[in-house]
Amino acid sequence: MAILVIARLTIREAQRRRLLWVALFMGVAFLLVFGLAFHFIRLDIERHAAATDQLAFVSVFLLTAGLYAVNLLVNVVAVLVSVTTISGEIESHTIDAIVTKPIPRWQVVVGKWLGYAALVLLYLVFLVGGLMLIVYLRSGFMMDNIGRGVLMMALAALLILTMSIAGGTRLSTIANGVLTFMLFGIAFLGGLVEQVGALLRNQAAVNVGIVSSLIMPADALWKKAVAYFQTNSPTTPFELGPFATITEPSTLMVVYAVIYLVGLLLFALWSFSRRDL
Amino acid sequence: MTDLVIDTRGLRKEYGAKVAVADLTLDVRPGEVFGFLGPNGAGKTTSIKMLLSLTKPTAGEATLLNRPLGDLAARTRIGYLPEHFRFHEWLRADEFLNLHGELYGMDRAARGVAVPRLLALVGLEDRAATKLGAFSKGMLQRIGLAQALLNDPALVFLDEPTSGLDPIGRRVVRDIITDLRERGMAVFLNSHFLSEVEKTCDRVAFIRSGRILQTSSLKEFEQEAMQVVVRVGQPTPELLAGLARFGQNVVQQPDDGRIHLTLGDEAQLPALANWVVQSGYSLYELTPAHLSLEERFLQVVGEEMDE
Repeated sequence: MAILVIARLTIREAQRRRLLWVALFMGVAFLLVFGLAFHFIRLDIERHAAATDQLAFVSVFLLTAGLYAVNLLVNVVAVLVSVTTISGEIESHTIDAIVTKPIPRWQVVVGKWLGYAALVLLYLVFLVGGLMLIVYLRSGFMMDNIGRGVLMMALAALLILTMSIAGGTRLSTIANGVLTFMLFGIAFLGGLVEQVGALLRNQAAVNVGIVSSLIMPADALWKKAVAYFQTNSPTTPFELGPFATITEPSTLMVVYAVIYLVGLLLFALWSFSRRDL
Repeated sequence: MTDLVIDTRGLRKEYGAKVAVADLTLDVRPGEVFGFLGPNGAGKTTSIKMLLSLTKPTAGEATLLNRPLGDLAARTRIGYLPEHFRFHEWLRADEFLNLHGELYGMDRAARGVAVPRLLALVGLEDRAATKLGAFSKGMLQRIGLAQALLNDPALVFLDEPTSGLDPIGRRVVRDIITDLRERGMAVFLNSHFLSEVEKTCDRVAFIRSGRILQTSSLKEFEQEAMQVVVRVGQPTPELLAGLARFGQNVVQQPDDGRIHLTLGDEAQLPALANWVVQSGYSLYELTPAHLSLEERFLQVVGEEMDE
């Protein structure tokens, strides 16, 4: 099956070019920093406050901050690993000897998508699992709804990945990188504006945020993840900022994101199948 | 239905207002080595890209192995060595061939036979475990050629297979092409090295400004009019008159006394020699000269180049 051949090739490339090992090594470094920070902050809090809800508050806060960093890292890594894969191989003509084989072109795109999706999801699970384990071992705290929340983060990462692969079928590597990162930035800014708008009860600002989420739902998915993480929190720990969910995205937004992803992937298949190389 | 391996009628490619290929009409027969010649920018690469469905023609029709362009079943019997090929340099040579074998749909057993055989064919059997990134340009070209032959194709496209190769490498590629012809494969060869085309091809097409100007077999060239140089001891006006009965444009060079003439047919050569000797002249030199492919190329392609 050509799809699997291409998917395996993609994963092997990540291995051979040391991408996988550097990412894992830096991931371990990231977890180490988080573990140390968590340990010492927790130590400090334990000395001053003994109330269990305050301790839980600190765990939720730090874990959410860690997950936020993971979300950002995984999204950036998803773009970086995949941004050159199609446009770069078109530019170098590496793709010529592949697409003239007896396989439909769309299978090349699906194979690459599968390979990168597997890598990105594994990385997400590795980092989230590391965070959870550190927090659990140090404090015995388990976050609620972690599965559902991580599912939202995974969807966001796949969305960014799909955007970068779809862009690569039409744009040069550099233009594609700019496009994907800017969309990511718009979604982030829009999310922030929406939070401020909700706080100030300014409907216009909220609408700007919603429109930006429709353009790129990645940030809305992160908000949805946070809403899952913090459903049972004793207090609302955050008033504002990326860890806050003043307005929880609706389930409809999640459905929209799934449709968006599938549509984008189909566009990528169509676009690559009919372009001149 | 025909038994042509390539059959195109009026293939055309426009990029916006620019016409890259105006009219590509050609046919390639099974088992022949077909040379595709033309100056830079004549539309050679675009033509090959259309035939391999890398690029969609704007108009025209074509079949490869009696199947429409882009047909997947036909592709299982087509090999392709791209011109500016770059392969995944982090793969080892044997992994690279295995990958392309898998893409051809060959099972493990078939690849187990084909990969070592092709490594040996291109002289890289002891480099199987070397990464492509460490290969020289010539070795890359050869492994690329091995890749194009993995599936034992009925038709191979070679786009500048000897560019960047040293004379030994060119010789290896030329021998492989000759071997392919003997095994009945059709080869579509795009090359700048005219002497090479001359040595390997059965027929050639000249393309310029996106049009096929002429398609002819190299054998036809040989049978065509030839230039002959004659040198005798004491040339006389009677000799010149006598030679004029065999050929045209009889001219004696003022500097060295050599006589040049054009024969309509190679078969007249022995009779001419016989007559010169019988008539009592001392024959020192009788040199037939065919137009080289290069001269012919310049003649066909270059005529209107200055326009």
